[in-house]
Amino acid sequence: MPDYLLTTSPQMAKRHKRHKRFQWYGRIAIAISISFMLFMFTAIFFRGIGAFQKTMVAVDIQFTESQIDPSGVRDATSLKQANYKPILLQGLQQVIPGATERRDRNNLYKLLSNGAAFDLGARVANTPDLIGTSERVWVAASSEVDLYVKGKIDPREIPEELRRLKDQDIAWIETLRDAGQIKKKFNTAFFTNGDSRSPEMAGILSAAIGSFFSLLICFSIAFPLGILTAVYLEEYAKKSKLTDLIEVNINNLAAVPSIVFGLLGLAIFLNFFNLPRSTPLVGGMVLALMTLPTIIIASRSILRSVPQATRDAALGLGASKTQTTFHHVVPLAMPGMLTGTILGMARALGETAPLLMIGMVAFIVDVPKGVTDVATALPVQIFLWADSPEKGFVELTSAAIMVLLVFLILMNVFAVYLRKKLERRW
Amino acid sequence: MSTDMPANKPIMTARNVDVFYGKKQAIDNVSLDIPENQITALIGPSGCGKSTFLRCFNRMNDTIQICRVKGDIRFAGQDIYDPKVDVVALRSRIGMVFQKANPFPKSIFDNVAYGPRIHSLSDSKEHLEDIVITSLKRAGLYDEVSDRLDEPGTSLSGGQQQRLCIARAIAVDPQIILMDEPCSALDPIATAIIEELMDSMKEKYTIVIVTHSMQQAARVSQQTAFFHLGELVESGDTEAIFTNPEKERTQNYISGRIG
Repeated sequence: MPDYLLTTSPQMAKRHKRHKRFQWYGRIAIAISISFMLFMFTAIFFRGIGAFQKTMVAVDIQFTESQIDPSGVRDATSLKQANYKPILLQGLQQVIPGATERRDRNNLYKLLSNGAAFDLGARVANTPDLIGTSERVWVAASSEVDLYVKGKIDPREIPEELRRLKDQDIAWIETLRDAGQIKKKFNTAFFTNGDSRSPEMAGILSAAIGSFFSLLICFSIAFPLGILTAVYLEEYAKKSKLTDLIEVNINNLAAVPSIVFGLLGLAIFLNFFNLPRSTPLVGGMVLALMTLPTIIIASRSILRSVPQATRDAALGLGASKTQTTFHHVVPLAMPGMLTGTILGMARALGETAPLLMIGMVAFIVDVPKGVTDVATALPVQIFLWADSPEKGFVELTSAAIMVLLVFLILMNVFAVYLRKKLERRW
Repeated sequence: MSTDMPANKPIMTARNVDVFYGKKQAIDNVSLDIPENQITALIGPSGCGKSTFLRCFNRMNDTIQICRVKGDIRFAGQDIYDPKVDVVALRSRIGMVFQKANPFPKSIFDNVAYGPRIHSLSDSKEHLEDIVITSLKRAGLYDEVSDRLDEPGTSLSGGQQQRLCIARAIAVDPQIILMDEPCSALDPIATAIIEELMDSMKEKYTIVIVTHSMQQAARVSQQTAFFHLGELVESGDTEAIFTNPEKERTQNYISGRIG
């Protein structure tokens, strides 16, 4: 072996050093970004994980007819609206017999969620046969109790007069806990309820369904419009000043802040066309406006990457322009165009600002049944909860962010799956 | 190898053809006859306009927005640049094979069947299969692929892909086949097969081939046209061009002094 290859010149040492140095710059950059991400995700995870459990109190209920349905008609509405407070209180008093004073009774009852009586009413209305029987029922504890049981508030740190939960309340909670009547259970309400003023009763279902309807509208408008625009501009339109102008403007639109699209939607869809305010219909239309440029740009670059040879082959056989485009070019570009669309939709799913402008920021308890029902969306729900003063909403906010992130990841995974599946690998 | 047969009657005539790309003139006042059932070779150095001229014959230049064609090109007596001419019909009469084999990302069968399908040339499934098999046989490919017609066309070797493209062009039953350097990406063996194929095809089709290999032109063609810098320098019987060129530029090119 010629030994001049083995000499270590000063230039070589320098070159190697530079090589190493830049490698390390890159690694450090990656490490910093990953640690930011990890920090964010762990923070959200540990803050939000608590919301998937909630504190429940077991109460032995006597469903006495005289208290619930004195008339004996068994009318669903009146069963729902009957006064369940005394029944719940009687159940609690079996464990804590000392609370007989009016003030004590009220404090004892406040250990339970506002929603407890409502839930009980719904349960009786569903199965009126319960009346006349007795049963142990798990009902939601109040947010304060929930936070205490989860260890999120430490009564020893705060003087009693500044606490909502007094020493007396804590003693009662401990009594109930010793009796095995306070437990943390899986928080189904979080997935089945709409928004609520009480953190322990609030859920994300109405927001999730609102988001779903909005994206449905967004997709059914933006996908066909975007694809058709891209195909026309790329395959049919003759290059001219006008198409240049259109191209520049589409690129500009992609960079327009989303809140501007919200204002546009407010001015045109709501004020001019008088479409129903705060609905997924309008929300989806605004999101479609926002997503359109992204889809068009992505689709055009995919169409441009279809080799000219494919078009030549078809045209040379005597295929018409339309046959060439729709038999060969569009099928080849379709996986890429779908991926671009899904990524655009994922961005739309996380969008808050334009929805605020068209009024999808309302307090929505009911789950929307269609695109013209008043609704909110997941990111807006997160915004609303983050803005709420109650401490119980802190973990709900993080939990909702986790749900939103799961949806976003699912959409991205779906995009990758589609691309892998539809891609023609010949 | 060219035979000393007299030039057949022309099926295609070009008179005073100019082609412009924007302001740049690529073809300058070219007139040429393409005799029927013969192979005409267009030769010349790179960038001399021979491919551009070839693409005038089936109006493939229409796809280039800045390209303008002037002059008179007639196919069987009909001016093909007449606004009333249907380009789709024209291209179904004048097939094309490209420099780089460009099979569709579909099966071998569908590649060949695509042309007959869009032109509704078959009246039944059996008829379509018949067309496909006949075309593959004429392109000398059938024996190699008969047991895997449903495999993708792109899985074939380069030479086979190019013959698939020839079969695809034949399937539409054209009168003329334009070939734009069909062997430039192939090895000598695959080239020899295609040249042999062309020789047998001229019984039925008229072939115009662009090639930058003078040997190939000498081997396969009966007529040769030499292009240089957008002009047609000399055209005529292949043997005459290669053995006894009239113009000095032709002489210089075939002897390797320019190009």
